[in-house]
Amino acid sequence: MTDQSHFVEIRHAQKSYGTLEVLKDISLNVERGQIVAIIGPSGSGKSTLLRAINDLDSLTGGEVWLDGVQVNKDLPHRQYEKHINAMRQDIGMVFQHFNLFPHLTARENVVMAPKMLKGLSKEAADKLAEEQLEKVGMLDRIDYYPSRLSGGQKQRVAIARALAMKPKLMLFDEATSALDPELVDEVNMVMKKLAEEHMTMIIVTHEMDFAASVCDRVLFMDQGVVVEEGPPEIVFRKPTKDRTREFLRKHLAGVA
Amino acid sequence: MDIDLMMRVYPFFLDAAWVTIQLSLLTALLGLTCGTLGAAARLSRLAVLRFLGAAYVSLFRGTPALIQLFILYFGGPQIGIQLDAFEAGVIGLGINAGAYMTETIRGAIISIDKGQREAARTLGLSQWQATYKVILPQAARLMVRPLGVNMNMLIKATALVAAISVVELTYTAQRYIGSTYKPFEMFLLAGLLYMIIIYVTGRAVAWLDRKVQIT
Ligand SMILES: Nc1ncnc2c1ncn2[C@@H]1O[C@H](COP(=O)(O)OP(=O)(O)OP(=O)(O)O)[C@@H](O)[C@H]1O
Ligand SMILES: [Mg+2]
Repeated sequence: MTDQSHFVEIRHAQKSYGTLEVLKDISLNVERGQIVAIIGPSGSGKSTLLRAINDLDSLTGGEVWLDGVQVNKDLPHRQYEKHINAMRQDIGMVFQHFNLFPHLTARENVVMAPKMLKGLSKEAADKLAEEQLEKVGMLDRIDYYPSRLSGGQKQRVAIARALAMKPKLMLFDEATSALDPELVDEVNMVMKKLAEEHMTMIIVTHEMDFAASVCDRVLFMDQGVVVEEGPPEIVFRKPTKDRTREFLRKHLAGVA
Repeated sequence: MDIDLMMRVYPFFLDAAWVTIQLSLLTALLGLTCGTLGAAARLSRLAVLRFLGAAYVSLFRGTPALIQLFILYFGGPQIGIQLDAFEAGVIGLGINAGAYMTETIRGAIISIDKGQREAARTLGLSQWQATYKVILPQAARLMVRPLGVNMNMLIKATALVAAISVVELTYTAQRYIGSTYKPFEMFLLAGLLYMIIIYVTGRAVAWLDRKVQIT
C-alpha cells in the first residue's frame, strides 16, 4: 500500500496483445462524484482501458485502485476470483450492446444479481426492481422480456440492472452508439440524472456534445496514450495538441 | 404381401418394440449424462480435461458403433467386464451417443454471445453462477432441437444391438424370418414400428422446443 488518495486511480496501465501494445503507460485519477469522458478514434484503446478497471480485460502492467483497494491484486486464482467478484459488485458497467439477459424480464434482469449476491428477500427484491426501473423510466415495462423493448428501453433497463448493485463507480462503454438517433436522448437523460446525483462515472463516448455537457474532465486517447486531458471547455475549445484538433475537426459538429 | 401373417406376429413385435423403447430411453439418459460431462470437460479451464473431452469425442465418433459394441460385449470378458447383452447395448450405445451429444451441448453453450457472460461477471457473479443462471438457461433452449436429432439417430442405432442378440425389434424380425421365410413382411413390420417410435419422439421434441422458447 502506498499513498492511495484518489477515489479511482489507474497507475501506469499497460496492455499488450502479443506484440501489439494497446495501452502504453496510462495513469488516471478520478475523484468521488467526478465524471470523466474518454474520447478518441476507433482502436485507440478506450474500451480496453475501461474494461481494465473491472478487470474484464486484464492489464499486462500497472495497477487499478478503487476507494483504497487494489482491483487487480496479485492473488492465487481462487482468492483472486473471490476478490474480483466482490470488487465488481461495486463497479457497474453498461455496454454498447446492452447485454440484457434475454431469458429474464426487466424485473428479473435487475434483481438477479442482488438476490444471488446479497440475499434479498422477495419483497426487498420487488421494491428494488421498482425503484431502479422507476428511476430510468421503465416501471411500466417491468415485466417485459428484452425482446419486446426498443434499444433505448433495453439500455435503460441495463443501467437499472447495474445501479441495482449500488455501485460506487459506473463505467459506460459507448452506451448510445448502437441506438437509433431518436433513442439516444432517453439514455442520455438517464445518465444526466446520475450525474446530478453525483455518481462517479467514466464514460467512453463518441458524442462530443454530451461529453461536453455532463463531464468534469475529458481524456483524449490515441494509439494507447492519453494525448490530452483537461476540463471540457479547454479540451474541446482550446486543445493544445495537433492530434486532438484534428480528431475534433472530424467529430465536432455542434459543440462551440 | 402376407397381411395375415403380419397380423398374427405383430403382438410379438410390440413386445420387441417395447424393448427398443427401453433401450432408447436408457441410452438417451446415459448419453445425456456423458454428453454433459463431455461438454463440461471440453469447456474446462484445465487443459487435461479439455484433452480428455476431445479424445472421448474423436474416439467414439471416429470408430463404428458396432465395433464399440463388439469390443464391450465380446472383448469385455477378456478384461474382466461381464455384461449381459442388454446392459452392454445400453452402455455401448450410451457412451457412443454421449460423444455426439458432447458436441451438441458444447455447440449450444459456445453460441451464446460472450457479452452475456461479461454482463453477469460485471455484476459480481462467479464463473459458475454466470454459467448456471445466464448461460445454461439460454443454451438449454438452443439444445432441444439438435439433441432431438441426436435422439433420432440413437433410436435408429439401437438396431445394432441385434448383432449381440438383444431381443429388440431388428433381432425379432430376423428371428421370425428364420421361421416364416418372409423377410419383406417382417422387416416392413419392424420398420413401421421404428417409424412410429421416431415420429412420436419427434413430436415430443417439437413440443418441448416450443414450450421453452422465450416469449
Ligand atoms: N482480444 C483482442 N486481441 C487482440 N487485439 C485486440 C483485442 N481486443 C482489442 N484489441 C485491439 O486493441 C486496440 C484497442 O481496442 P479498443 O477496443 O480498446 O479500442 P476502442 O478505442 O474502444 O475502439 P472503438 O472506438 O472502435 O470501440 C485495437 O487495435 C484492437 O484491435
Ligand atoms: Mg470500444
